[in-house]
Amino acid sequence: MAEKRSKKLVQGNEACSEGALYAGCRFYAGYPITPSTEVAEILSARLPNVGGKFIQMEDEIASISAVIGASLAGLKSLTATSGPGFSLKQEGIGYACMAEVPCVIVNVMRGGPSTGYPTGPSQSDVMQAKWGTHGDHPVIAVTPAYVQEIFSETVRAFNLAERYRTPVLILYDEIVGHMREPVTFPLPGELEVIDRVKPTCPLEEYLPYDTEYEIAPLAAFGEGYRFHVTGLNHRADGFPTNDSKLIEKGIKRLTGKIENHREDIWKNEEYLLDDADIVVFAFGSTARSARYSVRKARENGLKAGLLRPLTLWPFPEKAVRDAVVRAKAVIVPEMNLGQIVHEVERCACGVKVEGIFRVDGEPINPRQILDVIEKYR
Amino acid sequence: MATLKELSAKKELFSGGHRLCAGCGIPPIVRLILRSAGSPVVATTATGCLEVGTSIFPYTAWRIPWIHSAFENAAATISGIESAYKAMKRRGNIPADKEIKFLAIGGDGGTYDIGFQALSGALERGHNFVYVCYDNGAYMNTGIQRSSATPFGSATTTSPAGEVRKGKKEWRKDLTKIVVAHNIPYAAQASPHNWRDLEKKGAKAFNCGGPAFLNIISPCPLGWYTKSEESITAAQLAVDTCYWPLYEVENGVLRVTYKPKEKRPIEEWLKIQGRFKHLFMPENKWLLEETQKRIDAEWQRLLEMDGKHVF
Repeated sequence: MAEKRSKKLVQGNEACSEGALYAGCRFYAGYPITPSTEVAEILSARLPNVGGKFIQMEDEIASISAVIGASLAGLKSLTATSGPGFSLKQEGIGYACMAEVPCVIVNVMRGGPSTGYPTGPSQSDVMQAKWGTHGDHPVIAVTPAYVQEIFSETVRAFNLAERYRTPVLILYDEIVGHMREPVTFPLPGELEVIDRVKPTCPLEEYLPYDTEYEIAPLAAFGEGYRFHVTGLNHRADGFPTNDSKLIEKGIKRLTGKIENHREDIWKNEEYLLDDADIVVFAFGSTARSARYSVRKARENGLKAGLLRPLTLWPFPEKAVRDAVVRAKAVIVPEMNLGQIVHEVERCACGVKVEGIFRVDGEPINPRQILDVIEKYR
Repeated sequence: MATLKELSAKKELFSGGHRLCAGCGIPPIVRLILRSAGSPVVATTATGCLEVGTSIFPYTAWRIPWIHSAFENAAATISGIESAYKAMKRRGNIPADKEIKFLAIGGDGGTYDIGFQALSGALERGHNFVYVCYDNGAYMNTGIQRSSATPFGSATTTSPAGEVRKGKKEWRKDLTKIVVAHNIPYAAQASPHNWRDLEKKGAKAFNCGGPAFLNIISPCPLGWYTKSEESITAAQLAVDTCYWPLYEVENGVLRVTYKPKEKRPIEEWLKIQGRFKHLFMPENKWLLEETQKRIDAEWQRLLEMDGKHVF
């Protein structure tokens, strides 16, 4: 008899933990912070059962650093945090970008800045996700909106991290992080799980940043390959360089390896978008309100549609451009004071873009969005 | 030293009506510390139970200038404050002879772990301030995660007790001794059950002329799984079992300030706390023995150092 999928009522943070395990994550290092702590709590009990390792570190900086170390040692690695912790992790995230170390960082977004509103939702870290660490660097960020999707997007985040040798951010807000919804857990093999490419060349020929490849194979420490890792600009063998040509080439390859594969990384949900002349662009839990508003607007005879990015970075420029062709307006609700709205504006080809912002720790409700849709009747 | 009568006559600087749990060890600690200062106090508090429980608008329990900084930087913030006051005195904005005390308070997470670097830096720079750590042995504010102050064997939400793991498997970081190694004028361990000892140490800390550190055990009914009304008993048992010895290091000389007439077995402290429940299963008896052995050895070492120069 075929194995049956299990279905359970779980919290967003639990779905994230289970998604990580499904993707083959075997290392977690973290630090307690509301509203992400459940990811650590659950993995502290689950990881030892699957031969993995859980470590609670002394702070957020140590957590991301341990994750980088564990990934270089060959394990798929995860850390989860929220606003203040995400700020502290930024240097490590930049290091992982530069040294091309696959890893996954969850940010369960709460109100900020600083300690902000630990128990309230927010979407105000989306620009920090893009530019929080210094220097030109690639960013992949996924934005699940449903508990089931937190599971599948966590798996996808690990796949993207492994495929592109880069840190991948999972951004969801406190609402979906703590929400409980039924989740059907896929059986092993049902979802694609990607592992990093390992070198097969002779030991003396291995170059960890071989420019022959767009993304070079990654050896694990201890497998015999010489492997120099640094946050400095480096050559193909990993050793630091001051050669301006190599520096430029390296940085361009770093961002290019993501930019050139945007089609593979992008993922959007389009809802009633085909003939829509009022487009709502929303992500995360705000998209749940937006979806309802769009349906109501349709019932009211308005041609509204929803574009919901599951990949927020790289920004879904093409999807926005395609969606605005027939549009007279694009509405961007987000739980901040206007961050992604500017990205949408950049890609909206002159079509009117209107933001709906909320920073009081309450979700944007469908009525708010519907009222703005009605304006464009 | 102030008598109880004298103490109670002093102005209450930490008001009631806050949101800390019934039976929480923190309020009596903070009240006694503020009373022991004897001069105007400026305080900063790291993120944690104390900060959250005492300052939610429109109420505050603080009748002194008080700042919540962040999780990792109470000691760094007080360094800035203390230095600024010095500068203001130099410039004559504040009378040079006006005595003002500076106090930083953090829980064990904000002191032993994420705030450790800031604490060490402030002690080394020699700011004239008192750092108080209320050590309840875990991250209670975020829901009982282990810290480096969590006792060996204790179950927390990130060191759960099960078939394989028996709670936290590492021994507690001895922060007081680490602080002592900074060669500061005064460092001590105290407990809220022994108010006389605590108040005395507070007064010494505030008047030692340099950085001072007080590590104070703080019972937590939520995280220790104890009865609210047994908190002070729990603190007393921690001391009487020598899990939490009361001692001080004043200008390099260590002195044990309380020696229990009869040292109690560690089980007496552990058994009243739900977080150690699993240690009392027959198969985990060795963990209790291990704990007792280690406590005995540490207590013995402390007694050997009693009255001696430790740096």
